[in-house]
Amino acid sequence: MDELRPVTTICYYDLGGKLHQMACKVTTVPFRGTKEQEEKLLAVIAELRDTPGALMPIMQRAQDIYGYLPIEVQTIIADQMNVPLEKIYGIATFYAQFALAPKGEYRISVCLGTACYVKGSQPVYDKISELLGIKEGECTPDGKFSLESCRCVGACGLAPVMMINDDVYGRLVPDMIPDILKKYE
Amino acid sequence: MEQYTVKINGIEVTAPKGTTVLEAARMAGVTIPTLCYLKDINAIGACRICVVEVKGARGLCAACVYPIAPNMEVFTHTPRVVAYRKKTLELILSDHNCSCLSCVRSGNCELQALCKEYGVENEDAYAGAKNPSELDESAVHMVRDNSKCILCRRCVAACEKNQGIGVIGANERGFKTKICSAFEMDLADTSCVSCGQCIAVCPTGALYEKSNIDDIFAAIADPDKYVVVQTAPAVRAGLAEEFGKPIGTNAQGKMAAALRRLGFDKVFDTNFGADLTIMEEANEFLDRVQNGGKLPLITSCSPGWVKYCEHYYPEFTENLSSCKSPQQMQGAITKSYFAEKMGIDPKKIVSVSVMPCTAKKFEIGRDNQSGAGLPDMDYTMTTRELARMIKRAGIRWDDLPEEDFDHPLGEGTGAAVIFGATGGVMEAALRTAVEKLTGETLPRPDFVEVRGTDAIKEATYHVAGMDVNICVTSGLANAAKVLDMVKSGEKNYHFIEVMACPGGCVNGGGQPQVHASVRNFTDIRAERAKVLYSLDEANTIRKSHENPEIIELYDKFLGKPGSHKAHELLHTTYVKRVVNKKF
Repeated sequence: MDELRPVTTICYYDLGGKLHQMACKVTTVPFRGTKEQEEKLLAVIAELRDTPGALMPIMQRAQDIYGYLPIEVQTIIADQMNVPLEKIYGIATFYAQFALAPKGEYRISVCLGTACYVKGSQPVYDKISELLGIKEGECTPDGKFSLESCRCVGACGLAPVMMINDDVYGRLVPDMIPDILKKYE
Repeated sequence: MEQYTVKINGIEVTAPKGTTVLEAARMAGVTIPTLCYLKDINAIGACRICVVEVKGARGLCAACVYPIAPNMEVFTHTPRVVAYRKKTLELILSDHNCSCLSCVRSGNCELQALCKEYGVENEDAYAGAKNPSELDESAVHMVRDNSKCILCRRCVAACEKNQGIGVIGANERGFKTKICSAFEMDLADTSCVSCGQCIAVCPTGALYEKSNIDDIFAAIADPDKYVVVQTAPAVRAGLAEEFGKPIGTNAQGKMAAALRRLGFDKVFDTNFGADLTIMEEANEFLDRVQNGGKLPLITSCSPGWVKYCEHYYPEFTENLSSCKSPQQMQGAITKSYFAEKMGIDPKKIVSVSVMPCTAKKFEIGRDNQSGAGLPDMDYTMTTRELARMIKRAGIRWDDLPEEDFDHPLGEGTGAAVIFGATGGVMEAALRTAVEKLTGETLPRPDFVEVRGTDAIKEATYHVAGMDVNICVTSGLANAAKVLDMVKSGEKNYHFIEVMACPGGCVNGGGQPQVHASVRNFTDIRAERAKVLYSLDEANTIRKSHENPEIIELYDKFLGKPGSHKAHELLHTTYVKRVVNKKF
């Protein structure tokens, strides 16, 4: 399962006019948070900040507001709660329920459950990852596709299986992937 | 306090309720091995090395977090326990980069020591996938090599709990867990202050300083260079530990001899720079008090503290003393006054320091640290790096004679040598400031209220008709508490001393690494500080303004403290930074 491990990506930040290269795992999808979303988040923080163990519920509500927890949102929480950004990131990467990247317009979900895996879903997954240039949990910069693995969609007879939103594709081989993706572009 | 009697390997021990099995075993003369446990800051029972058999308990218990109970019977080294520990070590090695031959910690690695102790013969007993990892070499002062990390989280605890910073932590989960910063940012892009406390507590070679010793050896070998070295007060209180001597051994004389044998052209003492700092800082303090300047004045000798202040309390940067640290002052004077006096081209001088500190590696690259038009300092190495140089040069520590420093930048007073312990700068400043304010000689120059390893020390001195409120703190989490009290108006101090590392420089991030088995049961801060206070006691000159070389420096070169020339050479500026970058 080596291929599933996230590998360092390079991001560029504009720090006071100086383009600065930073090795890190910030999503390449531009942040599109609105003023209304930020106000909602600030209200949530104001409501919960004094309750013990407030961080987790605040992070859950933040994810409800934004759909995911990018560095911009985690930074707001860190600054408001006066806790290290790292602490929030540690929680966000520990629990599978938190996402660091948004879901794409088309959510690709490849089954890596036992039956699909035995029938060769890993090479299918790898092909998608290679063609889209994204890894587990990530989203293409244009916001179109996101990629995740899942465990059993209940169609083992069609193994290996993947879903793109509600469309189910079965008996896949890697060569079929380019044509399937084309349908959504 | 309720007392419980327990049996450890059949030996009866009575200890207060709340004592852990680990501590009770120590009282019975038994060392239970630990890897993740660090007293007061990291009792998480995660590494499973400290497991013991407790009669009646279902499984093995983690001694570091298991409290004693009345009549408890504990067995610490049964065959079952020993086999379990060995297996745990083999499992740790299954995801460990076992390149011990070239590892900076080889010979002083806690994991290596335990593997030897428990007879681990096969590093690949559980061969399999290893976590991919990259070196983080982004910071100027250190390297993180996660391939050697055992996930004990001692660095995380030191950073978050002692220093109140928390720029590193355990991220992801399960096999993929790794210690890094948020979003796997480079350490250089975080609000890390370079204090090196993470390195000081790391049990393995996963964290280490960026070494400059190859550059320094090359400079010494270059006939066109004039290489000058200075050593900080705290180095002499720690260096001997690298040569197997007990904690609290004074290494001053042998250290000077070793530096001379390494080939440095001049062996100076940062104590001279410390006395100079006091002259300037005491003057600055009196000036601020008498002329309505910004108070409280806060010391600026500790570069980790300065960077912390800039990141976390930027509103206090105007309170920081504009004085450079002793290292930088000494560097500036070396390339101006000393060069002039000796007729040496300052461009040929390579200025090297030995520091108990990793933040000094950051400090030498700061802006406004080039008093003589050249960088005040060229290289700075830690106490550990100096020990490596001495060993590489084949110098036999035990055979070294006791030698003195060179002059004219080698004379230091008792006031200067205590800079290395928390409270020392304050005491040194008071010795000079009080005499200047009152115009009288202090009968005894001891200000014992500011000594000791307490987190926060306060005192009020009645001087020349004025109550002077002072505060001394060390460890950045404590500094935050002090600043919060100043901010809220709860406290009204005139002068505050802050050292980034708990206990001051003697416990700096560049000092010899002490195994947790010792650190958890000995206060290394207090033991090393004793060396400095006894050197102070033994010195015939105990006030900075009585240092003859300092008097001569002002007479012949600088004029008065706070003069234009002094400002050009010895003072600096600060910047305001942020904790989290804004997007």
